[in-house]
Amino acid sequence: MAGGQELKLLGLWASPFVLRAGIALNLKGVGYEFLEEVPGTKSELLLRSNPVYKKMPVLIHNGKPICESMIIVQYIDEVWAAAGPSILPSDPYDRAIARFWAVYIDDKWFPALMKIIAAKADDEETAEAREQVIAGLQLLEEAFEKCSKGKDFFGGESVGYIDIAFGCYCGWLKAAEKMAGIKLLDKEKTPLLMGWAARFCSADAVKELMPEVDKLVEVGNMLRARQNAAATN
Amino acid sequence: MATAAKGVVLLDFWVSPFGQRCRIALAEKGVEYEYKEENLWDKSPLLLKANPVHKKIPVLIHEGNPICESLVIVQYIDEVWSNNPLLPSDPYERAQARFWADFVDKKIYECGTRLWKLKGEAQEEARKDMIEILKLLEGELGDKKYFGGETFGFVDVAFVPFSAWFYSYETCGNFSVEKECPKLVAWAKRCMERESVSKSLHDPHKVHEFVGHLKKMYGVE
Repeated sequence: MAGGQELKLLGLWASPFVLRAGIALNLKGVGYEFLEEVPGTKSELLLRSNPVYKKMPVLIHNGKPICESMIIVQYIDEVWAAAGPSILPSDPYDRAIARFWAVYIDDKWFPALMKIIAAKADDEETAEAREQVIAGLQLLEEAFEKCSKGKDFFGGESVGYIDIAFGCYCGWLKAAEKMAGIKLLDKEKTPLLMGWAARFCSADAVKELMPEVDKLVEVGNMLRARQNAAATN
Repeated sequence: MATAAKGVVLLDFWVSPFGQRCRIALAEKGVEYEYKEENLWDKSPLLLKANPVHKKIPVLIHEGNPICESLVIVQYIDEVWSNNPLLPSDPYERAQARFWADFVDKKIYECGTRLWKLKGEAQEEARKDMIEILKLLEGELGDKKYFGGETFGFVDVAFVPFSAWFYSYETCGNFSVEKECPKLVAWAKRCMERESVSKSLHDPHKVHEFVGHLKKMYGVE
């Protein structure tokens, strides 16, 4: 194989899922080629590499595709195990806890956040979503206390699995706060998470990749407009 | 060959395919455990304490520590008891196994529920979706003995409990799994030859009876 490994990441700059893969690669100091998809279209390569879902991110390693963001993160952690700190903890119980929270964040918490972002109007559904997001943040505040054991990240001294799973949404969390004019992360209710979010966003592996909040608000407004248009048709 | 494990408890519900995944994994590893049947309409204080976030089964309690989410539990079991590994050792193969187990998670239960709950056009759509999902899985299986290749593995554990629901899906959706996906039916039969599977799964007619109860509860039909 000429020139060592071939690593491509298919994605969009605004996607928190794509961000996860980028952060994991940065943590391991692995170089890769970022292939930006054109919003609203799907490239041939994407369709070929992820025929089941046709979604990003897709990591293509020496021609072989890996799909689903947290599966990609685990793959990176395993292939480049020696190259950087471990993303998943070593203890099986801690790993189970990390995996549990990643599932919770994706299955329950983020869909509620999306409802706030793409909200049609300030209706009952949106108010309910807001409650869910805030309740979720309380759960994650408690989880942070347990997992971090007084250190900087969910993963302890370095950015770990839950940090990546949850931290990728920091930009969108701030965007949602701006768009809805509300506070979601709170100095009184979620002080630990506030500290963690600042540290996460300024971590070496993250800071160059985290999208600007104002740009995300623009995308959010577009999503909202599209939702409103669909609702009235 | 059972290993007396210190304090392994499984909170479960007899017909749950998610609980069955855990039972199969524990049996494959020869782990002795205490099975606790939950009444989902009157959840025990233990369940509520062990899974405060979702209040759902299955929950594995190992030496007092609760683990929730069936595929998280199966991976935990695979890591703690390293005999008969369920996940392959190659990282790429592991990623593929995780992908397909996750696919089963995302698609089958939700589509199956639509099949028995809905009528008319919506049910017809559910039928089409289910056939597509099963065909995709059959494509992934190919001519292999198991999804894991020669060895029974992670995807097999994740998917096989749903084979007990094929009869119910067929009856509600008016189609034949054998006709649409003969390789899947053959695979399910091979899996049932394993004691871990045959002892964990229930008769498809019993499952369908349970679906009948659910239908009554939700006022369907």
